[in-house]
Amino acid sequence: MADVKLIGSPLSPYVLRAILALSLKKVEYELLEEKFGEKSELLLKSNPIYKKIPVLIHHDRPICESAVIVEYIDEVWPESGFGAILPADAYHRALHRFWTYYVDDKWFPSLVAIGKAETEEAKAEAVERVRAGLLLLEEAFVKLSEGKAFFGGDRVAFLDVMFGCFVNWIVAAEELVSVELLDEATVPALHGWAVRFREHEAVKEVMPDSGRVLGFLKILQAKWKADAAAAKKKL
Amino acid sequence: MAEVVVLLDLWVSPFGQRCRIALAEKGVAYEYKEEYKEEDWTNKSPLLLQSNPVHKKVPVLIHDGKPVCESLIIVQYIYEVWSDGAPLLPADPYARAQARFWGDFVDKKIYECGTRLWKLKGEAQQEAKKELIEILKLLQAELGDKKYFGGDAFGYVDIALVPFCAWFYTYKACGGLSVEAEVPKLAAWGRRCMERESVAKTLYDPLKVYEFVCHLKKKYGIE
Repeated sequence: MADVKLIGSPLSPYVLRAILALSLKKVEYELLEEKFGEKSELLLKSNPIYKKIPVLIHHDRPICESAVIVEYIDEVWPESGFGAILPADAYHRALHRFWTYYVDDKWFPSLVAIGKAETEEAKAEAVERVRAGLLLLEEAFVKLSEGKAFFGGDRVAFLDVMFGCFVNWIVAAEELVSVELLDEATVPALHGWAVRFREHEAVKEVMPDSGRVLGFLKILQAKWKADAAAAKKKL
Repeated sequence: MAEVVVLLDLWVSPFGQRCRIALAEKGVAYEYKEEYKEEDWTNKSPLLLQSNPVHKKVPVLIHDGKPVCESLIIVQYIYEVWSDGAPLLPADPYARAQARFWGDFVDKKIYECGTRLWKLKGEAQQEAKKELIEILKLLQAELGDKKYFGGDAFGYVDIALVPFCAWFYTYKACGGLSVEAEVPKLAAWGRRCMERESVAKTLYDPLKVYEFVCHLKKKYGIE
């Protein structure tokens, strides 16, 4: 039963998704933290295709990809803790999955682009893209929440987890480059949701604070700069 | 109560075909609407722009006026709403997770790599060919000796991958990649899937797909 292991660090928003799901379900597990910049034998063996965290290991069998992991956790422990993560209705499930895909495919890369930007112009462009994305997510939140606290209505649901994992990354990015992103004036509904999400019992226990994330972002930024310089040298 | 189901699509789109196959497997009656008249990618109907304002792309399933976007999300939605008959995913959560993982893998890898294979030339094309062979070998290993990726039952990963079978001829003609030679078991799986009415009626003749690609290349001055 305590046969659940998670490879990864809570500083990775993708790993945090799995941590949030396990916390919501009140499932005990062992966190196997990877050292930044190194990949353990266990990780390489458990995720030979992508060699990336998170990997959930349940009864010695690995499950990879954060969205797959969260749906798995929801199906194995359907009634535990705070109950179902995926919405009950098929159309809402489709919308939660659609916006998760949007966040992964379009929105988060634009947030990362802020950190990777080498010029002020590139940074400003990336900031605009992030803000435009947040406006779309604001609209989605208004529609999906139906006036209630979360994307799942009264309860924290799939999209709350899959997007909520970034709330402190947004704060850290705001500090890193001195811009406002999730501000009350432009995205009031999302702003309120982020505050409530952080305060949720299952979330506040496990979410790394923005200070820690900022520290990690600075390390990442240094690495990106070094990688970019090395790539330029090769040309 | 009559349900109205509309699919906004493009005939050659493998993503649209996933949805058409799912609808056929479930015997759902729907209205098919072709987008991008005369291959003008800017010719998007008001309905498409209204139904998928975020991406403005096909396929879009509209069920009683409610749009669902992203092909694999549409496929899951179809099977969840019209839940009689064969399920999309296995019953066991671990097997379901594996199916979702491989469906996502197909989604991330095949179209992007396949496009580089037919679009590019020289070293870049050779690189794409090597990569695509690796991708197909991983899929063949996952298939193993099963009839379908889902085992005895045609399911999620099969639906995600099968439309690309109509592109194998193009991979060979443009990029010198013979699926039959490199991954014969996967090629055999493709032929087995074509025995299903839903697949046979949905996939176009590979020569037509190749013609479409040649036409695209000419149009964009790639030669």
